[in-house]
Amino acid sequence: MRSSTSRELALSVLPPALTFVLVIALWEGAVRALSVPKFLVPPPSDVLLAVWSERSALSGAALTTAQGAGLGFLLSASLGTSIGLIFSLSRWLERGLYPYALFLQTVPIVAVAPLLVLWFGPGLRAVAVSAFIVSVFPIIANTLAGLRSVDPRLSDLFRLYDAKLGDTVLKLRLPTAIPSMMTGLKVASGLSVIGAIVGEFVAGFSEGNAGLGITVLSAYRQLRTDLLFAAVLLASLLGLLLFALVSSLSTLLLRRLRAHG
Amino acid sequence: MLWNGLSVVGPVTRGGGRIAVDRRAERSCRVHGSIAISSRVAIRGVSHAFSSGGPVLQDIDLVIEAGSFVALLGPSGCGKSTLLRFISGLDVPASGSIALSPGADEVQPSARTKLSFVFQDAQLLPWRSVLDNVALPLELQGLSRAESRERARGPLAEVELSDVHARFPDQLSGGMRMRVSIARALVTEPSVLLLDEPFAALDELTRQRLDERLRKLWQTRRMTVIFVTHALAEAAFLAERALVMSRRPGRIVLDHTLELPLDRPLDLRTNVDFVAQTALLYRALQQHGALDDAAHAPPGGGA
Repeated sequence: MRSSTSRELALSVLPPALTFVLVIALWEGAVRALSVPKFLVPPPSDVLLAVWSERSALSGAALTTAQGAGLGFLLSASLGTSIGLIFSLSRWLERGLYPYALFLQTVPIVAVAPLLVLWFGPGLRAVAVSAFIVSVFPIIANTLAGLRSVDPRLSDLFRLYDAKLGDTVLKLRLPTAIPSMMTGLKVASGLSVIGAIVGEFVAGFSEGNAGLGITVLSAYRQLRTDLLFAAVLLASLLGLLLFALVSSLSTLLLRRLRAHG
Repeated sequence: MLWNGLSVVGPVTRGGGRIAVDRRAERSCRVHGSIAISSRVAIRGVSHAFSSGGPVLQDIDLVIEAGSFVALLGPSGCGKSTLLRFISGLDVPASGSIALSPGADEVQPSARTKLSFVFQDAQLLPWRSVLDNVALPLELQGLSRAESRERARGPLAEVELSDVHARFPDQLSGGMRMRVSIARALVTEPSVLLLDEPFAALDELTRQRLDERLRKLWQTRRMTVIFVTHALAEAAFLAERALVMSRRPGRIVLDHTLELPLDRPLDLRTNVDFVAQTALLYRALQQHGALDDAAHAPPGGGA
């Protein structure tokens, strides 16, 4: 039993780890062998060195971005879920408003970002709103799809017992929708980091505490490609971290749902 | 009086009144040892057509006496499930009327007489335990969670599943899930129990055992049961009265009272009388072209 679990664990960890090591080794070897200029592609060792030497600046920047992304994500999680729920209760509202919710998905965030600075001022608020705009639609769409995926015969059952709307939502529709809602939240968690970084490109200059987006910009201007890579690496890690957080939260919630129905 | 000492039960609506009625029934259950609540179902001139597929039901006139066990038999697509949905009040026929009379007064099914529906699949909520699934209808009617669970234990014991009350639906076999579904239908002490091919997806042995169990439940409780099936032997084994429907548009082509004993052991199916009764139903289906393009089992077979 125990050996089979550890084998499963090894199977899930080893292959990606091996791929990672292989790619890094190839990258390092190729850059050195072909003498690629460092400002074009720095070797991984340089990137690691940059992470270490700039650790205090980078961690501060990551924290700032995490704040913007996290705030934006919380905003889209709460608003997106509520909007999805409201749409599911009224075809009228859905038909009337869904196209405009879709607009949030299609609007080029880079073009809108200056507006956000005008409306919310530079800094955290504009960055969070940018993260919100980018991440809210998948939550609305998945919440709505989940709430609509109820088995019609289970709906019949609830109708047969004259269930109140509140009971139907709490005891049937929401539990049915939770897996789909969690998918939406997971997609949104990654997107919120992207939204925050884009927001920072335009709106991130405030009170000296710059996020990873600003770090990327300034590293680019100084042709410090190693630092740029380091910032990109951290941004990806931040997205992964948020994703893992939402994933484990969703597992916990699903387990709780099962335990307390 | 049908009500076995329950003289007050009129058209039952949701809310406090309904719960009060339940409690009275509960007391009566303790006094008499069994619950005898049932409704008469009157179907008058029901015809219906789907907007896409033409007529489904044609001039169905039918009275189902309170406390009877009726099997509604017919080929696939003949409209028997549609008729069942009309009786339940979930859908409304294009013409005709359906009335349930719990006492002297007739009420429309939409007024929700105490009526339960067992679907083809068990239709359990996968995130709820067995006990919580059985308790669901009571919760929906406004009882507290604790009381609902407490009252769900009885029906769960009736289908002999008390020992798995904490399990979840995906930890049960198909037959057990169906029994949970039946317990859920019984928990509201329905006066009419509607079953839409509930055992169709199960293997033959499980199905026969469930048939026997359902028959016994009916003998104890004596609610009105309407059981839709396309299996001849199942219909003959279960019901007091078999209604055979033609192909679409469905009409009632045979209304037959089964001449079989009240107590029906599993081996009744091998009995000559039983085979004769099944053959009679088979011939009715055959005469009306119901078997033309369907592979139905011969009389007395597995059905």
